[in-house]
Amino acid sequence: MSAFNSLKPSERMKIPRQGSLEQNAGERKGNFLEVSFGFNEERAQIEAARCLECTNPVCTEGCPVGIDIRSFVQRILMKDYAGAVQTIRQANSLPAICGRVCPQEEQCEAVCTLGKKHEPVAIGKLERFVADYEMTHNLFSPPMVETKRDEKVAIVGSGPAGLTCAAELSKIGYKVTLFEALHAVGGVLRYGIPEFRLPRTILDLEAERIKAMGVEIITNFLVGRTATVDELMDEWGFSAVFLGTGAGTPHFLGIPGEGLTGVYSANEFLTRVNLMKAYQFPDYDTPIRLGKNVAVIGGGNTAMDAVRTARRLGAERAVLVYRRSRQEMPARLEEVHHAEEEGIEFLMLTNPLRIIGDEHHVVTSLECQRMELGEPDDSGRRKPIPVAGSEFSIAVDTVIEAIGQQPNPIIQSTTSGLKTGKRGVIITDDRQQTSRPGVFAGGDLSRGGATVILAMRDGKQAANSIHTYLQSVQLSTVDITDSMTG
Amino acid sequence: MFRIIQKERLASTITKFVVHAPYIAPKRRPGNFAIIRVVESGERIPLTLVDSDPVAGTITLIVQAIGKTTQLLCSLQEGDSLRDVVGPLGTPTPIENHGSVACVGGGVGTAVIYPIARGLREAGNNVYSIIGGRTSELVILEQEMARVSNRVITTTDDGSLGRKGIVTDPLREMLDDRSLGISAVYAIGPLPMMKAVSNLTRNYGVPTFVSLNAIMVDGTGMCGGCRVTVDGTMKFACVDGPEFDGHKVDFDELIMRNRSYTELERLAHQRYLQTTLPEHA
Repeated sequence: MSAFNSLKPSERMKIPRQGSLEQNAGERKGNFLEVSFGFNEERAQIEAARCLECTNPVCTEGCPVGIDIRSFVQRILMKDYAGAVQTIRQANSLPAICGRVCPQEEQCEAVCTLGKKHEPVAIGKLERFVADYEMTHNLFSPPMVETKRDEKVAIVGSGPAGLTCAAELSKIGYKVTLFEALHAVGGVLRYGIPEFRLPRTILDLEAERIKAMGVEIITNFLVGRTATVDELMDEWGFSAVFLGTGAGTPHFLGIPGEGLTGVYSANEFLTRVNLMKAYQFPDYDTPIRLGKNVAVIGGGNTAMDAVRTARRLGAERAVLVYRRSRQEMPARLEEVHHAEEEGIEFLMLTNPLRIIGDEHHVVTSLECQRMELGEPDDSGRRKPIPVAGSEFSIAVDTVIEAIGQQPNPIIQSTTSGLKTGKRGVIITDDRQQTSRPGVFAGGDLSRGGATVILAMRDGKQAANSIHTYLQSVQLSTVDITDSMTG
Repeated sequence: MFRIIQKERLASTITKFVVHAPYIAPKRRPGNFAIIRVVESGERIPLTLVDSDPVAGTITLIVQAIGKTTQLLCSLQEGDSLRDVVGPLGTPTPIENHGSVACVGGGVGTAVIYPIARGLREAGNNVYSIIGGRTSELVILEQEMARVSNRVITTTDDGSLGRKGIVTDPLREMLDDRSLGISAVYAIGPLPMMKAVSNLTRNYGVPTFVSLNAIMVDGTGMCGGCRVTVDGTMKFACVDGPEFDGHKVDFDELIMRNRSYTELERLAHQRYLQTTLPEHA
């Protein structure tokens, strides 16, 4: 039992929020090791003691997957770490990942009662602490399956939505096959999020756990090409399909010079580094071409990942070019803060006009113009307006565009009866059911670009909906048989 | 893992592999390609699916050893395996009956045009083929092409086989010969060759299809590394292609883009050669 357990609320409120241990900025900008080490046990104990144990725990409402946060924090305080991770796992099958990449400051921590007058409880770091404890103490065992079911379910895409859906369905007892187009599982967790935010050992471990739960994983299988959704259902014997293929098609600005050598989409840049390990070239064969002066265009988490990766690959000057101001940047505050520490320059209210190259067709500079903020636009953010006569150039040898992505159209164009919406997203109801019976979708594929945790929420919801659907199909089959024999 | 069932050397640097890939084999269409990775530390490279046997569950790849990855691949033996193969990728060639077509293959590009020529022949076309190479050894699949063509003309830069010269010379004669009635041209080979063919056929107003070997990572439309400018708009060779209207492709841009990693590739290749025993010692 912890010494903090008997504290009064007023005493708890006096404890300052604990900072996590971090690799110092000078060192980490030269390596790909994880930036944050999270909490040690001592800090976790102090931080857990800050929880006011509200009778109405609003934090759980703030969590997209509804983790019983109060309970797991209490268990930390009782040093029952195994119990704490069990509590999280009831609602979330990927705690080590969520504890690292969830925007807690917009979710559970944003509504934390303590946060009204003081800083909120560091729920994310506590989640990570117990998930890492589970890992280092080898506490994971596949959950017991009560009823084995005969129906086969196909999961398409092994990102956060697909992994969650696969885990949940296998817990209910279904035979689950997970199809992945790339050679390794994880989707955006693998190709998009860098090692320094999410170590690959964690991803590999989660993949092993999914396998240990009985999920069959088939990599190198591009649904839509290797087999269509229709074929999976009509010929392969899958009773239901979950589509979680994300938003993988990168947008380009459409400015002159995008065909020059030295221009990358953030997707390509990050895939070369994260999936293909180009940072270990020539030990790994995939090359990357990075100059000393790198401009990354965009203001989201992907832009932040790209610019910090460029820094680690040796860019002397790594500049983030964003057309609005810092307030409008969609990137997580923690990431912006880390980027600043690592010496990233922020060129705000700046809009790229064209990319200029030399006679060898290689990038030499980026021509931009200044912007100012006008009235709020559809997104509620103030609209950037060009300042006349403000054009200027920055000397760069690499330009990386991180201005968003949309769903890959391969599945939509090869599946019958699937309704799509703006920018190719698949339309679902609030239970993740698509317009086609038996086919469900979630994550960025139906949202167009969101977070890991929302993808997981969808995957979990879809698993429940698939269960309901398969039971109703079974019932209606029984009905028909009854009426035929009756 | 994808096991190599059969290996056959077509030329000193060109090798044919038959590989076990049961999911891909029944789905392959002319014009499709696969992305392969030889080993865990390897890069992903696109290779045309030259042929397939749905019953045996095998695909055929033809590889020219030019860099580290292709040399490593060509050093593999029957019974060895490729780490990864994904496909079929790309939009299949629309095979229709044009009446008479010319199929032009340059170097290892002949391996890419062969399944298309066969498809065109099966669709009822008269197929007039021209296959070329720098030297006789680099002219491949002559017999296979002969089986699916009304006529095959070979050219070599050095005159060591067939006509001395480049593929555009006999192509011009074919286009001039109105009795042949050539109403479409399919040209696959090095970028300068496809550019030259497209420039030639533009004057005749004959639709021309080329297959673009852009640099790719995933091959599924995710990275945009293979973007090419076609008719002034950006296309991804991996999903919108690899075949495009040769008259609308910005070849010069693609030629420049394909040189992006020349230096790094040379470095990787040198290192590879230093760490492996000379094969022909």
